[in-house]
Amino acid sequence: MLEELARANAPQHIGVIGLGMAGPTIIAHGTEAQKSRYLPSILSAGEIWCQGFSEPGSGSDLASVRTRAELRGDTFVLNGQKVWSSYAQIADWCILLVQSDPGAARYQGLTFLLVDMHSPGIEVRPLRQITGDADFNEIFFTDTEVPKAQVLGGIGQGWAVAMTTLLHERATFGFSLTGALEAALGQLLRLAQDQPAQAARLTDAIGREWIQMQALKLTAHRALAQLAASGRPGPEGSIIKLAWSESNQRVTKLARELLPDPILDDGHWYYLQLRSRANSIEAGTSEILRNIIAERVLGLPRSR
Amino acid sequence: MDFSFSPEQRELQAQARSFLEARFPLSRLAQLIDSEPGWDPSSWTELAELGWLGVSVPESLGGAGLGFVEEAILLEEFGRCLYPGPYLATVAMALPALDDARLAEVANGKARWSALLGPAPDLVPDLNRVDWVVVASEDQVLAVEATGEMLTSIDPTRPMGRLDQVSGELLGKGQEAVRIGRLMRERLLTALALEAVGGAQRVLELSLEHARSREQFGKPIGIYQAVSHPLVDCYVEIELARSLAYWAAWCIGAGHEDASLAASAAKAAAAGAAVRACERAIQTHGGLGFTWESPLHRYYKRALWIERFGGTSAEHRSRVAETLLQRPPTAAAASASGAAVLPEAGAGG
Repeated sequence: MLEELARANAPQHIGVIGLGMAGPTIIAHGTEAQKSRYLPSILSAGEIWCQGFSEPGSGSDLASVRTRAELRGDTFVLNGQKVWSSYAQIADWCILLVQSDPGAARYQGLTFLLVDMHSPGIEVRPLRQITGDADFNEIFFTDTEVPKAQVLGGIGQGWAVAMTTLLHERATFGFSLTGALEAALGQLLRLAQDQPAQAARLTDAIGREWIQMQALKLTAHRALAQLAASGRPGPEGSIIKLAWSESNQRVTKLARELLPDPILDDGHWYYLQLRSRANSIEAGTSEILRNIIAERVLGLPRSR
Repeated sequence: MDFSFSPEQRELQAQARSFLEARFPLSRLAQLIDSEPGWDPSSWTELAELGWLGVSVPESLGGAGLGFVEEAILLEEFGRCLYPGPYLATVAMALPALDDARLAEVANGKARWSALLGPAPDLVPDLNRVDWVVVASEDQVLAVEATGEMLTSIDPTRPMGRLDQVSGELLGKGQEAVRIGRLMRERLLTALALEAVGGAQRVLELSLEHARSREQFGKPIGIYQAVSHPLVDCYVEIELARSLAYWAAWCIGAGHEDASLAASAAKAAAAGAAVRACERAIQTHGGLGFTWESPLHRYYKRALWIERFGGTSAEHRSRVAETLLQRPPTAAAASASGAAVLPEAGAGG
């Protein structure tokens, strides 16, 4: 479905964090009460979700998050800051990774919370990017109270739960990524047909990008066959995200080569080219993805 | 992340892997290739007995009556073990041009074939290892006796020769010649892609084994990201090329209209992936990778040959772009890719 929406150039689905990340994680780690409370409104998009993982000091090294959750009786009290949260300005709920036991060993002091974004002590500020837009937000927590029943997967189990989220992020977004790339290639081909002189010089590059898109799409289907067989996305999904981000960066650059006046801001491709620079950073940097593939798929020794 | 091949197809793949690893281990390759006649003609009888020469030949003619997807499985395995013999020439290239009597001779191992497609270039692979050559031009297809001058190929496992003359018995003409020529070309390009993927995968595995076991500065070199990340890029490229090669094989087996586009796409991606995997393998192995004793140069030479034969990657990329740009604007993006379904389990040709 995500592939079809993206191919049709539909605006990004507003429930994308809920459907692609929160939902699968709740299915994997939630109690029956949590499943029946949250899943129906994720499916209906009646409630919007956002993600609170990255922090100013914790990007690729996600286990180092410092947003503090202190347990007082049956309530966690949150203090700290999250960043790069899409939809936080309109979200009803947040999947939040917090530090609940600063004395614990790495990976063992983390907890995964489902946080009501309408709670007191939450402030959302837009973050302006190189495009000039503000798609992302910072979230500030000041003595925000979250009932202990909102823990997903157990106190101290946050790392394993967050890994489920990230696996699904890369695997299920694979289809919307390849679908969007296919739509972009369609636009690029129409542009090339309108600019035959420029296109004639660039057939090698145009062919390369179409072939790459097609290969990504076919490989996403192969990964889906894997998911259907095992019920769990494999780390192979990482290769789609890695290759897609680099493809999208080249495609948007190539499209501008076809424009009559590439020195002018055309209001479309220039925006996409700038936006594409985040593709190799968001949802796992290309460097981290290469580490994941090297270690978990290719069996090379751990570098960290 | 394998395809959903049918159980029978998986079995064929496993059978081919174990037979070829036993008969053509890397340790035997050097001795075989570096001495006359450069391949093992007795292996052809074995291939006939295994039924691999007549995979797509009808059962009534002594074949297995299967399709190109099954041939594709074998071609990938032949590429993986760098089999030196005219399997690609006979099965992938020549078969579509042959009549029933000649198909039966291929299936039982009595006749080996190669082919020449189009006016140029005029170089025939495996000319000195085959009996006959299909010479396909736009208006006719001929069966020509395989005699001519041998030249020095960049890949010793793929000797190249020039025919003395191009007259012989007519196998097809007119529209039939066009159809045969197109199918031969699609099968060739896809076969080259499959061989490239098979070889690239083997070479990547050798690189990974080396990166895990070779120690410098007290650690296995695979721990260093300057070593591991380029290998990841090779892996990604091979996986993407494999998807395209299977897609092309499926299109040919199903007689899909995208077969020609898919074959060009697969050839361009796979040949490039194989060349880069070999170059990265030589670099990863360091000085060891540069020795004649290492098998890597044999795979590298095969990859370079695949990159040239049947048109370079750059030519095929341009061909893909030109095909897409000729389509009506609304259909240009969607039609081919919309048809990009993967083979269902058991989807033979």
